[in-house]
Amino acid sequence: MQLTDLTLLELAAKLASRETSSVEATQACLARIAQVDGKVKAFLRLDEHGALAAAEASDARRKDGNPLGPLDGVPVAVKDIFLTEGVETTCASRILEGFVPPYDATSVRLLKEAGLPILGKLNQDEFAMGSSNESSAFGPCHNPWDLTRTPGGSSGGSAAALAAREVFGTLGTDTGGSIRQPAALTNTVGLKPTYGRVSRYGVISYASSLDAPGPMARTVGDVAALLQVLARHDPLDSTSAPADVPDYLADLEHGVAGLRLGVPREYFVEGMDPEVEASVRAALKEYERLGATLVDLSLPHTKYALAAYYLIAPAEASSNLARYDGVRYGHRARDTKGLKDMYGLTRDQGFGPEVKRRIMLGTYALSAGYYDAYYLRAQKVRTLIREDFAKAFTQVDAVVTPTSPVPAFKLGEKVNDPLSMYLMDVCTLPCNLAGLPGLSLPCGFTKAGLPIGLQLMGRPFDEAKLLRIARAFEREHDYVRRQAPI
Amino acid sequence: MPLSDFQPVIGLEVHAQQLTNTKIFCGCSTEFGAAPNHNTCPVCLGLPGVLPVLNARVVEFAIRTGLALGCTIKKTSVWSRKNYFYPDLPKGYQITQFDQPICEWGQLSIDTPEGEKVIRVRRIHMEEDAGKSVHDASASESLVDLNRAGVPLLEIVSEPDLRSADEAVDYLKALRDVLVYLGVNDGNMEEGSFRCDANVSVMRKGATAYGQRVELKNINSFRFVKQAIEYEISRQVDLIESGGKVDQETRLYDPNKGVTRSMRSKEEAHDYRYFPEPDLPPLHVTDAQIDEVAKSLPELPRAKMSRFTSQYGLPAYDARILCAERPLADYFEAVAQHFKDYKRLSNWFLGELLRLLKDEGGSVTTLRFSTVQFANLLAAVEKGSISANAGKDVFGEMFRTGKDPEAIIAEKGLSQVSDTGAIEAVVDEVLAKNAGEVEKYRAGKKQIYGFFVGQVMKAMRGKGNPALVNGLLKKKLGE
Repeated sequence: MQLTDLTLLELAAKLASRETSSVEATQACLARIAQVDGKVKAFLRLDEHGALAAAEASDARRKDGNPLGPLDGVPVAVKDIFLTEGVETTCASRILEGFVPPYDATSVRLLKEAGLPILGKLNQDEFAMGSSNESSAFGPCHNPWDLTRTPGGSSGGSAAALAAREVFGTLGTDTGGSIRQPAALTNTVGLKPTYGRVSRYGVISYASSLDAPGPMARTVGDVAALLQVLARHDPLDSTSAPADVPDYLADLEHGVAGLRLGVPREYFVEGMDPEVEASVRAALKEYERLGATLVDLSLPHTKYALAAYYLIAPAEASSNLARYDGVRYGHRARDTKGLKDMYGLTRDQGFGPEVKRRIMLGTYALSAGYYDAYYLRAQKVRTLIREDFAKAFTQVDAVVTPTSPVPAFKLGEKVNDPLSMYLMDVCTLPCNLAGLPGLSLPCGFTKAGLPIGLQLMGRPFDEAKLLRIARAFEREHDYVRRQAPI
Repeated sequence: MPLSDFQPVIGLEVHAQQLTNTKIFCGCSTEFGAAPNHNTCPVCLGLPGVLPVLNARVVEFAIRTGLALGCTIKKTSVWSRKNYFYPDLPKGYQITQFDQPICEWGQLSIDTPEGEKVIRVRRIHMEEDAGKSVHDASASESLVDLNRAGVPLLEIVSEPDLRSADEAVDYLKALRDVLVYLGVNDGNMEEGSFRCDANVSVMRKGATAYGQRVELKNINSFRFVKQAIEYEISRQVDLIESGGKVDQETRLYDPNKGVTRSMRSKEEAHDYRYFPEPDLPPLHVTDAQIDEVAKSLPELPRAKMSRFTSQYGLPAYDARILCAERPLADYFEAVAQHFKDYKRLSNWFLGELLRLLKDEGGSVTTLRFSTVQFANLLAAVEKGSISANAGKDVFGEMFRTGKDPEAIIAEKGLSQVSDTGAIEAVVDEVLAKNAGEVEKYRAGKKQIYGFFVGQVMKAMRGKGNPALVNGLLKKKLGE
């Protein structure tokens, strides 16, 4: 068994017992990356130097008996949407090429303060806009389970790096499913925390009211351990919640006996892959066997979620992306005639087609005369969706659905069909509109050997219960132990 | 038809920079005059990933201003984004308050020839300032200084209740006085910390509907406000009189040429695509917070003026000058504790004190002498122990050195002679020496009376008590 086959918590235990060192683990990751990433393309940038220096420092602390925390020395990597001081950060966009941030995102700072070396920056859809990682300006990421297929998006690199066993844990962001859908497509675990649970400071904004940074890893326990590092009130983020942080590992093994799990009929949508549906139904049966009660639910406004999302997210994005204008940093078009020309050409050259599409959608939705019909109405729908969930959670402890209606699709298959691509988020985005925590965990494979994900959604700030429910299923199956054939 | 057949209608939007030490959404300094881009951080530079965190002091100042102007303070107000591209706007949007501002519906009174007039204040909201583009530093490129980006502003919007350029200027001055009194703004139009846009329209007298309005942008002195509005009124009247039509547009005032010129028309007007700022939750203020601010509100200029006229019996003219600045009014009241002839005290303030402050610099808060010393000097003059003219010299000396008035009087030998016997002896001597003049005077040449006074004063080296000198002279001359 190779070091990189270990889970994050297994490595942490070996570091604690000094069976291995952080430098060894970091070097093992770098070797694995050198071996497979040419095919996977999960990494946009490595920070070999920084990671090894951090690993050495961790080993020195360990030697002195002063580790910074239970995960001190475990190498991780972060989506390129997280700002890393001194390390180029592009959000997979040409417009930020060459941008070296002068500060760390709060999540990155927390990882560093907990002693985790950061290996580098992971591939993603440009500005997190996409569900296949194909909108990355630096080329798509490939699914380690089948290199001709997408790992999902936008946190495709974060998921693929885990599935390819290049790293022990990663950070992703989830605006409409961008952590959960790639987790489902790569047999990994991804958690979108409650909005406000993990700071957005230093995370490049896509749609501010929906963006949620969160942990991804290969097991439920690993995700819980990472969340423990990240969940923190941040005074630099005005939407960060000052809520108490529980011990996420404490109740992990408590099982689901007596819990009530809601099954919303609206999520078993037409066009859903029959193998996905079968796996999810089997998982529900499994939960029943483990002592949970299934409750048939209706979330009646689900059908409007996609439309509302694709008004709100582009509207906010059109404003958030205005700062990339060529004036202060990043790409600036050359030989332009005056200011307007400079703005226009810079943005034309710097942004890819999906980003431009969403900027235009959002600009239109916010423009005078259309605001009421589009943006405002979408916000009203959002309120109704939130109320649907609030009502459901008076009856159940969590809602269980498929994560993605289909398993990993072929690269290039949907790239010229934006609407069908948008449908990839149909199961995940209501959770963002409602600001709830959502988790995806492996629940099976198709006959062709592609992973299938199960989604759990919970009450605000009830991540601990989601993790416990996920762990109950994980304990009964070996899905997380299956390795991608790479 | 002449100008007088038209009625101008004017509303003002004032931008006042708040006197906070730090910016509205980050901890950077707001100090004026720092090296370009010195007072900046990732947040006010609009770097990727940054988020705004509201400065609580900004809210306190907004509530303070709202209460002073009699506004309703909204328990919940909402931040919005105003989107537009400009090189000195780092995020590509300005964070401001739009449809739900923190203060609504207040008023401010001004004095007009027809008496007191109430101008309604429609709203007050908080927002961040933009940076500054520098276009003349290089031939080939423009530079951007973001020191000002994120400096907190209050925007105070009046209803179109003003009917002349003079009223507009009076309203602006009154508003500035209030803001300075509150400690919310420094009132400095030249540095741009107090600036205004004017909406101007004209209608025929007796008409009920307002005319098409034109917005005049960023006017930075009281004089230019008057000139710009007056120019704009006559331009619009001329246009209508010659059969034309006023276009809705934004115009700039050119102080060099004394004209306004078009900046953009309605067709080119920005679509700011306002929407609620998702990075900041709605702002909630509590009754307790509002009460706290209300308790700390100072007496405002108008109320103080009217108290000065009633309590001290001062003319409105004096009261207005004394109350124009809070420290001056406070100082007047402090000296008035020790000297009860308030009109005489006011004369000294308006005459000597303000003149010395103007000529020699300083402020009433840094005077070298005490209120008691000031009062003692005035008492000495009133008693006649020194002459009024000598008193002014002593005051000048106190102003420069902070010495005790008694000490200065003694040092300079300025004590007035009020000994009747001594004065009588001098008077007798002078009359005896100038028998010819006495003859002429008694024969009716009354205008030479001053000559006798002069001679007596000269003989007494200026220290004779003028009242006694006059009394004795007139007696001896047979009046």
